[in-house]
Formats: sequence, structure tokens, C-alpha cells
Amino acid sequence: MALLQNAGTLLGKELRTELRSRELVTTTFVFILMVVVLFSFTFDPTSAESRRFGPGLLWIAFLFAASIMLQPSFLREQTNDTLSALRLAVSDPFAIFLAKLAANTIFLLLTEVLLLPIFAVLYNVAIWRVAPQLLLVLFAGSVGVSVAGTAISAISSQARMRELLLPLLLLPLLTPVLIASTEATAALLADDPVLRWDWLRFLFAFDVVFLTALWLFGEYLLEE
Amino acid sequence: MSAALAPLKLRFENVEKRYGSLLALRRLSLQIEHGQAVVLVGRNGSGKTTLLRIAAGLIRPSSGRVILSDEAEGPRARVGFVAHQTMLYDELTAEENLFLFARLHGIRKPAPRVEELLGEAGLRERRASLVRTFSRGMRQRLTIARALLEQPSLLLLDEPGTGLDVPGLLWLAGTLRRLRDAGCALVMSLHGQSELSALATRAIRLEAGAVAADSAVTGAVEPVLQVAGA
Amino acid sequence: MTETQSSARSSGVPWLSTIVVIALMVAAGYAAFFVAPTERTMGVIQRIFYFHATSAMTGFVAFLICFIANIAYLFTRREKWDWLGVSAAEVGVAFTTVVLVTGPIWAHPVWGIWWTWDARLTSTFVLWLLYISYLLLRDMVESADRRAILSAVFGIFAFLDVPLVYGSIRWWRTQHPQPVLFGGSGSGLDPEMRAVFYFCWITLLALMTLILRQRYLFERLRHDVEELRNEVEAR
Repeated sequence: MALLQNAGTLLGKELRTELRSRELVTTTFVFILMVVVLFSFTFDPTSAESRRFGPGLLWIAFLFAASIMLQPSFLREQTNDTLSALRLAVSDPFAIFLAKLAANTIFLLLTEVLLLPIFAVLYNVAIWRVAPQLLLVLFAGSVGVSVAGTAISAISSQARMRELLLPLLLLPLLTPVLIASTEATAALLADDPVLRWDWLRFLFAFDVVFLTALWLFGEYLLEE
Repeated sequence: MSAALAPLKLRFENVEKRYGSLLALRRLSLQIEHGQAVVLVGRNGSGKTTLLRIAAGLIRPSSGRVILSDEAEGPRARVGFVAHQTMLYDELTAEENLFLFARLHGIRKPAPRVEELLGEAGLRERRASLVRTFSRGMRQRLTIARALLEQPSLLLLDEPGTGLDVPGLLWLAGTLRRLRDAGCALVMSLHGQSELSALATRAIRLEAGAVAADSAVTGAVEPVLQVAGA
Repeated sequence: MTETQSSARSSGVPWLSTIVVIALMVAAGYAAFFVAPTERTMGVIQRIFYFHATSAMTGFVAFLICFIANIAYLFTRREKWDWLGVSAAEVGVAFTTVVLVTGPIWAHPVWGIWWTWDARLTSTFVLWLLYISYLLLRDMVESADRRAILSAVFGIFAFLDVPLVYGSIRWWRTQHPQPVLFGGSGSGLDPEMRAVFYFCWITLLALMTLILRQRYLFERLRHDVEELRNEVEAR
């Protein structure tokens, strides 16, 4: 249907733009890497300690990185007022949100996947045996971050102090995602790794709730 | 023009737009028909841009109704809009921009149309250049080309001559004339480009958000244009 | 003009309601400290529970009102819903602050620690942060229309998040248990205690309604003044 087609077209645009400049993924990756390194100074990264603190640190780093990476999502559309062009061209404004949240999920996931092996090496954590499951958890968590994050990006881009406001609005909202993702990740890095479907289902519920809210109310965010 | 242009009425019924306590448009009512070329004149801040953006559907009126075509909730008529800002993606090439918007508008096989417009706008050689490298005049041409993608039945232009050189203006005037003669309704706000004001079949002067003069009422276009110095 | 006049009239201090609420508060205070039986293990300090838990519930009611106002605003675009929304959010934050402050006051004499990350208190903290963010967002948007829409949408998101926050924190705590300080959800209340509890809650609800109404009227007054000022400037 037109909604998905438009979302697909716009997603193509987002990906093409990022492919050309690679600015989002590279800066986000470096940022997360920096956080991971800095954290190593705050506790003794033995294997046992890493498995205790690692998942939390990882997801905190992802959340902070996302708060930065999500800024340009809607800000970019303000430079030449391309947002108005999109609103005129697209019959359902939700397509704009869908495209951006898909793009943001992909960018976030990409940086996470690039970072995970580095994290595993630096902190002596075994990830390879649970790689596919970890990927699933990363995906579920990243979708949650992107759904809420894209909405908040649309909101904060219209306010003052937007760089500070975005994390302020987003991080409390993402508390459930942080908890669920950290728990699921920790369970996979434990001695007896287990995939926590209960937390995954919870993440799924979070995604559905916010996606629905975005679908219902998102167009009001784009109005003038 | 391949697609026939449907008869179009754009009607504003007591449209009001307030920003806080600032009244940008006051209970404005007007009707624009199929084939009319309306020139909007007025000082800065008189409401021209607001009127155009409301007609385009970008701004939601505080009160009143805007009706496009005959049905109140009719399907979106094909509306083209040229705004103050280019509404183009700097990081995409000229043809990427056109393809993007063509696809979003639902044009099935966009290639021939994009080709045609690039040619008309004189941008064929620069089709694969990033818009970021374009001059102001070229961006304006591309923006106009983009507005024409769908072969609109209503074309709204906010000071479209800005940045255009003489050949560009001549091209625009010629294109608008053709569109008008084919039945497209044109509404453009001008700030004194005589090439374009010569096209007008109707002139409306806005003052402080209300219609101060309308040649459809007074009978003559020139006097309305002249008072505002257009 | 008549609207301005009538709001000027009703923005005066509502003497009767205020006296009633003050009386109720005094009665509730008396009930909590003298009528309710002393709790076996914790002693006198436990009495703060009558205001701690009830403030939490009252704050939640305020946030619910905010949520309803947000939805109403998006559908009707009538400013009064925006006024109600911000008033309810502020009142909710006030009551939630009481919860966060009385928590440590209760915890310290009994358990020797000021704070514990127990499920309910932690969730309340996140709730507090969410609505503080709501208020901060409003401060950062100048245009009244945009402010109303943006905060309405954020308010809806925040409220929808609340069950998810409480749920996830509680579930997480069941896996990483901590001593539950303020009585688990299953802890029963003595019938006398229950009576005092509900009386305190009704009192706080009355207080909430009073403050909410005043705050709403103040917001309306502020809007009227702004409008008058603009009218004058336009001349």
C-alpha cells in the first residue's frame, strides 16, 4: 500500500544520504567506543565483573549514543524545509515516521554490531556462542529506542535547547527498554546463557505501544 | 500535457490563522477557479505566505474551512508548491531529488517525466551533481521543476522569481502561461516581477491578513497591482 | 470581554473550599497521628505512610487528569485543555515530590538508610523525572500553539510509559530482590488503619482538586492578560 511504499522510498533516501556522508554511524560508533573505554577505568574488568556490569554499561552507552544520533533525524529536514515537501508529497504522514525510525534502527544496530566484538575483546566476554541471540536482543532494544527516539526527535527539534532536551525527554521514557535489554543481554553473557523470551516479549510490547501512539498522534507533531 | 486538468475550485471560507495573539489571516474568504492566474500582492507580513501555505495544506487554519475541488473532503487535488525555501535535499543530486518526489507522489514510471523536467529547466548537464553545488538560480529552477512533477491542477508560488536570472524568468513565465492556458489554477505572490505579473487574470491585494482589493470585484487587474508597486 | 470579567471574579480565593480542605487536612493529620493504632514493628514513624502512599496515589490521579487533558486538547484544540494539562502535571509533580521526600524520612529511622532502590520508590522517581521533563519541554517552546501540541503528545507518551516503567522495574526487582521497605503489595491493613488511610486519601484528593482548580484559573488568567496586552499593543 501507499504507506509502505512511501516509507520504503523515504528509507532509501535516508540510507543513501548516510551512505554518502557516513557521518552518523562513524560518530556514533566512536562515541560508544569512548564510553566503553572510559568505563573500564571505573571498575576492574575481570571476566566476572565484566559480566556483571558489562550489559548495563553497554546499554547505557547505546542510549547515550542514540540521544546524540537521533538529533539530526528531524533537524536535517529543517535546513531547506524539506519536511514541508515531504508533507505535501506523502498522503499519510506516518510514512515519514516509519522511514525515519527504520533508518534510525538500522544505524543504531550497525554501530552496536560493530562495537560488540570490540567490547568482547576489551572486557573478556564470550559473545560468539550466543551471537544470533544477542543480535535478536540488540534488534528488539534498538527498535524500542528508535520508536521513542524518533518521536522525541520530532518534538525536540521544535524547541529551544534541543540538544539537551532530547536526552532529557527520551531517557526516562526508555527506562523499560534499558531494563529489559540489559537483563536479556546479561542472561546471554552468563555462564549458562539463556535467551529471556519474557524480556523480549516485554520489549515487543513496548514497541507496539509506542508505535501505535506514534501512528495515532505523530501527524500532530508535523503540523504548523 | 498528457493528463486532463479537472475543474478546480479553491475556496477559503472565513479562514482565520492566529499565532498566539497575532492574527495572520482575518476571516478571509475567497474562491479561485480553474484556469485563473491570481497574483497576490501586499507588504511583508500581510499574510501572503500564510495564505499560500494554508492553501497548500501545510498550515492548519485556526478556524474556517479550506475546500479544494468540489467535495469538502475531496481527494487531494494535484497541488504544486514553490516556497521561500527550496525544499530540496542538498545531499542528493538533482535527478535524485526529482525521482524521490516523483515516487512519493505515486508517479509510476518517473523516468520520462524527470527527464522532461530536467530538460525544460535547463539542468540536464547538472543532473548528477549534488544540489549543494548548485547556484541559487539553479536551485530555484529545480524547485519549480519539482513543483511541476505531478502536472498540478493548482500551482502555488511564493515569490517564485527569487534568484532566477532573465532566461530563468522567461522560462518560468512561459511555463506558467502554458499551465494557465491548459486550465491550471495559479496563485502566486509577487514582489515586483513584471514578466510574471503580466500573466495575471486576477489580482488580490492583502493588507494585515485581509483582502484589501480584488480585481474580480473591482474589474481591473492593473490598478490592484499598481498600488502595491508590483 | 465578559469572559475576562467572569474569570476575574472566580479567580478570587475560594474561601469556603479552602476552609473545608484545611479542616480535612487537620482532621487527617489528627487521625494519622492519634487515631490510627501504632504499628507493631516500626512505631510512630510508620504513620508517615498515611501520607506517603496516599500522595503517590493522588499524584497518579493528577497525571491521569493530565493524560485525559492531553488527549482532549489534541482532538478539540481548545486551550482550556492545555491549561488543565499543565496544571495537572504540576500538581502531580508536587505530590510525587512529597512521596520522594517522605520515603527517606520514613526509611532512615526504621532501616538506617536514606534511600533504597525498591521497586515502587524507583518507579516513582522515574515518574517524577518524566513529568519534570514534560514541564521543561513546555518552558522550551515559545509559541503557545506549538507548546500545547508538543507537550500534549509528549504527555500521552509519558503516561503510556508509566505502566511499562512500573512493570519492568517490579519484574526486574523480583529477579534481583531487595528488602521491600514499605510493605509489599500484599500486606494487609488493619481495618482501623484502612479507615484512616482512605480518609487521608480523600483529604489529599480534595487538596489536589483545590490546588488544581486554582492553578487552572491562574493559567487562564495569564492567558487573558496576554491577550489583553496584545490587543493594546496592536493599537
